[in-house]
Amino acid sequence: MLDVLEGFIQELRTAGLPVSLTENLDAMEAVQHVPIEDREAFKYALAATLVKSHAHWKAFETVFEVYFSLRRPGPGEEGDGEPPEAGNLQLDESGAPAGGGAMDSLSPEELAEMLYRALMDADEATMRALARQAVTRFAGMEPGRPVGGTYYLYRTLRNLDLDGVLERLLEASREEAGGELTDLEKRLERDEYQDRIARLRQEIEAEIRRRLVADRGPEAMARTLRKPLPEDVDFMHASREEMAALRRTIQPLARKLAVRLARKRRHGRKGPLDFRNTMRHSLSYGGVPAEPKFRYPRPAKPEIMVVADISGSVAAFARFTLQFVYAISSQFSRVRAFVFIDGMDEVTRFFEGTDDVNQAVHRVNTEADVIWVDGHSDYGHAFGVFWDRWGPEVTPKTSVILLGDARNNYHASQAWIVKDLRQRARHVYWLNPEPRSYWDTGDSIVSEYGVHCDGVYECRNLRQLERFVEQLG
Amino acid sequence: MAVPEPQPRFESVPAVREGLRSVDYLADEGIAGVVYLADRLQKPVLIEGPAGTGKTELAKSVARLTDSRLIRLQCYEGLDESKALYEWNYKKQLLRIQVERGEDDRASWSEMEENIFAEEFLLTRPLLEAIRANDPVVLLIDEVDRVEVETEALLLEILSDYQVSIPELGTVSATQVPLVFLTSNNSRELSEALKRRCLYLHIDYPDLAREKEIVLARVPGVTENLADQIARVVRSIRQLELKKAPSVSETLDWARTLLLLGAKEIDGQQATETLHILLKYQSDIAKAAKELSAAAT
Repeated sequence: MLDVLEGFIQELRTAGLPVSLTENLDAMEAVQHVPIEDREAFKYALAATLVKSHAHWKAFETVFEVYFSLRRPGPGEEGDGEPPEAGNLQLDESGAPAGGGAMDSLSPEELAEMLYRALMDADEATMRALARQAVTRFAGMEPGRPVGGTYYLYRTLRNLDLDGVLERLLEASREEAGGELTDLEKRLERDEYQDRIARLRQEIEAEIRRRLVADRGPEAMARTLRKPLPEDVDFMHASREEMAALRRTIQPLARKLAVRLARKRRHGRKGPLDFRNTMRHSLSYGGVPAEPKFRYPRPAKPEIMVVADISGSVAAFARFTLQFVYAISSQFSRVRAFVFIDGMDEVTRFFEGTDDVNQAVHRVNTEADVIWVDGHSDYGHAFGVFWDRWGPEVTPKTSVILLGDARNNYHASQAWIVKDLRQRARHVYWLNPEPRSYWDTGDSIVSEYGVHCDGVYECRNLRQLERFVEQLG
Repeated sequence: MAVPEPQPRFESVPAVREGLRSVDYLADEGIAGVVYLADRLQKPVLIEGPAGTGKTELAKSVARLTDSRLIRLQCYEGLDESKALYEWNYKKQLLRIQVERGEDDRASWSEMEENIFAEEFLLTRPLLEAIRANDPVVLLIDEVDRVEVETEALLLEILSDYQVSIPELGTVSATQVPLVFLTSNNSRELSEALKRRCLYLHIDYPDLAREKEIVLARVPGVTENLADQIARVVRSIRQLELKKAPSVSETLDWARTLLLLGAKEIDGQQATETLHILLKYQSDIAKAAKELSAAAT
């Protein structure tokens, strides 16, 4: 048991969770207080002691599934070779739902019918058994085959035709209600069934993972499943799911940052003595000014101009930065946004008068007029336009943030604009979403601009973006 | 650690769950499990989660369940030692000094010092009070993320050793280990040191079945059918990408409103008309109204 936990915690650390020694000891103590055969309780005991941030929950869950998946009893495990570590965790299979073995003889049609029934009645036990059966039947798993879990998942799901099942379920509920459902009811029904199907899907994923672990052993499996934590996901290579996860993290993150910035502004420096306030407080000490009070200076909020490249390669990055900056716009006296590819357009108007930043970003992508000739990035020309049209509006209070990878397609750089810009503005920063090692390779000319900026930052993930915005405020 | 051997408050995880249910708090497996562990391991619980999911309510319910006094420390920016831990009642001290001067001029300074730094002149604040209490207490440190990082350090001694050091008096240890709950709205990252000393519990929006039960338990007079519909609509709304998803307390408000309006079941129009109780942003309301009335195809 200790060995398994040791390996488990090691894996959590490799996945990026900061697990300290005391937390490790706490976990050891905690698991002694819960009944060992109760998997859920075991999981919560570990989670409460080891995971101290909700953002890490998903990573924890994955590792937990891998390390302790074999503890769940169930048919279908008999034939699989079990890794030696799991041997002592194996439980008897008395708790398994009945009927798992009998399903082998069903025809595909009968199986589909059973699946439909189970979804209709939200019958968890049957659903689990069916998931197991479906994987056995359709995934075509072979020991030692070097294929990822997603491949098996795809094969299984393709055979189950869940979209068809969903339609059928909706059809059935319509008949049951006798006549047409109202729009609201329809919507609710659909959400309900989708939820059930999502659960089935999870069950199938878990089953596949279980078998892969049995085949390859937990260490190897954990390695393939290891994913970066949300704040470490690279903007330029994020998958669709990761993007959605990022969008969800951005709001709380921005709120946290806003609080921090506001606090920093208030408590940054001490000002001169506030005589009035000191006298007022001295009254409670019998007239002795024992507690000096100071007047805190309130530095002006900076004005921000974000100038972002939104050409294909860096669009995702620009979107996030805009979202992020607008989410904390209360910390700046004014935020103005400009986007360009080879032409330049001001998009502040999309953000004003709406409190839905997502919507605004969407409009930026579809409505902004940013193409001048061919729709390939031309930083030189875009900066030229910016300088001519908006240059006079840059004041010593303005911080200008330039976003982009500076891949200029071998056009003229016009770097003098950035130089002049810096003389007029308070600060000019450049954020580059590319790894530092790629800078100045190929058509990237980031240093040509960079020498004229107050700072050039590598900004590949939320963590780096957050750090940058914090020092800005 | 001079903490006496504790009496476990709870038998088992299901016992916690049942107990909480009896005081109208519907805990899921995870919540009950962590409360149970907190008692067994004698560790504080740090509760995080979206606003209005019952973080503070959990502490209150546990207090009610264990028949303890709830001592609450509401955190805010600028909270300091004298508001959280203890303070010397200097006005009383001054009086004492003046009285002594009148009576007996020869009182030595050391005698005086001993006199004026006695317990008599100590004003206990919530944290010290929880430590010194003889009756069972539940200590709730609410919205701990509002204090500055430096102030957080104040809590560390209490949370790990259940004691408070007062320079003039020495160390005050707990006579019994109180159950401690800290809640945080996650407006900033708490320090590692604080997190390390606590068990962590994230309370999320409840799932469909639990939300329905909560509505049934908390809103007297609501029918099973209506509660079910309410829970389902709320779930659908939470799936949308909103600025602020409806919380449990807003669900309850909505249920009460529908009940007052005499609704037997929700139709699309009524739902749209009362959406402003669930959602607080105009753009969210517009979005949800559109989604709910759109044909689900």
